[in-house]
Amino acid sequence: MSNCTEIRWHGRGGQGAKTAALLLADVMFQTGKYVQGFPEYGPERMGAPITAYNRISDDKVRVHSNIYEPEYVVVVDESLLETVDVTKGLKKDGAIVINTEKDKETLKKHLNGYEGDVYTIDAKKVSMKCLGKYFPNSPMLASIVKVTGLMDEQQFLNEMRASYAHKFASKPEVIEGNMKALEMAMKEVR
Amino acid sequence: MAVDLNKLHLRAPWQDLTTGMMIHAGGTSVEFHTGEWTAVKPSIDQDKCKKCGRCHMVCPDSAIVVRVVDNARMEGPGCGKTALDRMYQVDTDHCKGCGICAYNCPFDAIEMEGM
Amino acid sequence: MAKRERLSGNEAVAIALKQINPDVFPAFPITPSTEIPQYFASFVANGLVDTEFIPVESEHSSMSAAIGASAAGARALTATSSAGLAYMWEPLYLAASNRLPLVLAVVNRALSGPININCDHSDSMGARDSGFIQLYAENNQEAYDNMVQAFRISEHKDVQLPVMICQDGFITSHAVENITLLEDKEVKDFVGEYEPENYLLNPACPTAVGPYSVTDYYMEAKRAQAEAMKNAKDVILEVAKEFGDLSGRNYGFFESYHLEDAEYAVVMIGSAAGTTKDTIDQLRKQGVKAGLLKLRVFRPFPAEEIAEALKNVKAVAIMDRADSFSNQGGPLGAEVMSAMYRKHLQAEAINIVYGLGGRDVTVEDMGEVFAELARIAKTGEAGDTYRFMGVRG
Repeated sequence: MSNCTEIRWHGRGGQGAKTAALLLADVMFQTGKYVQGFPEYGPERMGAPITAYNRISDDKVRVHSNIYEPEYVVVVDESLLETVDVTKGLKKDGAIVINTEKDKETLKKHLNGYEGDVYTIDAKKVSMKCLGKYFPNSPMLASIVKVTGLMDEQQFLNEMRASYAHKFASKPEVIEGNMKALEMAMKEVR
Repeated sequence: MAVDLNKLHLRAPWQDLTTGMMIHAGGTSVEFHTGEWTAVKPSIDQDKCKKCGRCHMVCPDSAIVVRVVDNARMEGPGCGKTALDRMYQVDTDHCKGCGICAYNCPFDAIEMEGM
Repeated sequence: MAKRERLSGNEAVAIALKQINPDVFPAFPITPSTEIPQYFASFVANGLVDTEFIPVESEHSSMSAAIGASAAGARALTATSSAGLAYMWEPLYLAASNRLPLVLAVVNRALSGPININCDHSDSMGARDSGFIQLYAENNQEAYDNMVQAFRISEHKDVQLPVMICQDGFITSHAVENITLLEDKEVKDFVGEYEPENYLLNPACPTAVGPYSVTDYYMEAKRAQAEAMKNAKDVILEVAKEFGDLSGRNYGFFESYHLEDAEYAVVMIGSAAGTTKDTIDQLRKQGVKAGLLKLRVFRPFPAEEIAEALKNVKAVAIMDRADSFSNQGGPLGAEVMSAMYRKHLQAEAINIVYGLGGRDVTVEDMGEVFAELARIAKTGEAGDTYRFMGVRG
């Protein structure tokens, strides 16, 4: 497949990694791309490690396997670095985005000598500041969009506002907080 | 669309049978003589029968039928008071000989007899 | 006007049902098909459909209620997976033998045990002899398109058989992908009003459904049922033609992908066929004549057409996402090989059991299969014709 970007998400059940992958598929769809967003399913347990995937392509996506050699990896829960080989198969010219308050040098020893780019975002800080609660998926979604450059930032924000308006139709009070979290994450990820 | 039930017989090829073997007619069980399934039949002693109707109600095959008779012509106590009265009889075409009527008769008016 | 959308496979089937607006939908939830009645229940609650939605207490009841509704003259369907399908085994046969049109949306999941919630075809393959027509999908688009076509096939007067539309659990049911939807009115007009010739709630013609058939009649009844399945072949193609004219998406009994000049072919069903297409594209670039036959219609089984499509290949791998524990291979393998034998095909054939319980299938895995076919064609030795892919050991 030409022009196909593959992304793997690592999170824990209940943190919204699957939702973030589906939201990414959603916004990328709006840019005219062919998309795929899917979780790797097992027994659903709150807190258990889960994996979700995205394929974003200029051509129709036909392959239905999991992703073993992604361009990008998103780690929604830092503690997974201890137990999951998150950089497995990750391409050297790709990047990993980690939710952490630590600096990159401290993290690198957990990344099995990964030589590609490492980005960090303190999604907890962003979420607590903008939403008053810890929901890492919005900041992580904004971070991966920023890091990949898959779409224009303003277009992303516009699409997300429309998406939230639909998703949170019954509780519109959370829309502004989530929008702020997206904007802040885009500035903070580095 | 009704189906001519006469077409459903043992010489009918599969093409002529109804879709899903559905029967498109009402009351067809009357034509099915389940009375052939038994060697015993109830016999109602009309002298002992008090016309309580219990046998009619308990019969699982609706095979105790009520016949309306002209009571004025009958003799004995109570006769002639009402012109028409009931008489309980066995529909031998449909009675399977289960004996529930005889078991339930409070007046021992029903005997099961071999045929 | 077609609508560009992105939906999971379950959403796609639910949207098709919203557009069809059936009369009766009895349902009992089971992973991974639960979302179909779940989405549909929200359409009912929001007044978007007129359907009588019946939450029943088991799958035996959901199929039985659908049968009752169909007998009464309603357009009915239900959805299930795995153990739920197993639990409706008995009424499956009743729907087919009583010749009652209805649709069952199956989201394929492994049967226990060991207990597992992920995809394989052991559930619907087990029901392959129930008398249901079976249509399989590669992705959300095909699941949607099959759902739109299903009632037309099922209700056709020459058929009057229930239809099972199947898609791969989680792999397509829970994956959000691009899809093109028809307009509501297009679907409504395509599916049309259901006007059964005979039905229980017709006061003009009292009807008995499902009477006892003694030995003198049973075999004639089954012979007539077999004829209906035979007729289904033409009807499936007629409906597909009309659907193709409407949507621009063309369907037949199967899809041939680079099969015309293929030396090595894979025959398979479901989502892994998409993965195989990517493998074939890679191999074709290297000059390898690889091809795919992706089966859409498993019942009725298009034996002659499959054999015709495979007549020039040197070696073929028939891939089964279910084992039949015959010690010979899976159900697809048995039937395709039988079809090849009847046409006196000389190609070497192997049967590979793969993907059980959600075991992943990659582009590279399928590359290995084609490499093996090339070896077999070269040596003329098929070796073991009953194999497993992706198993440790």
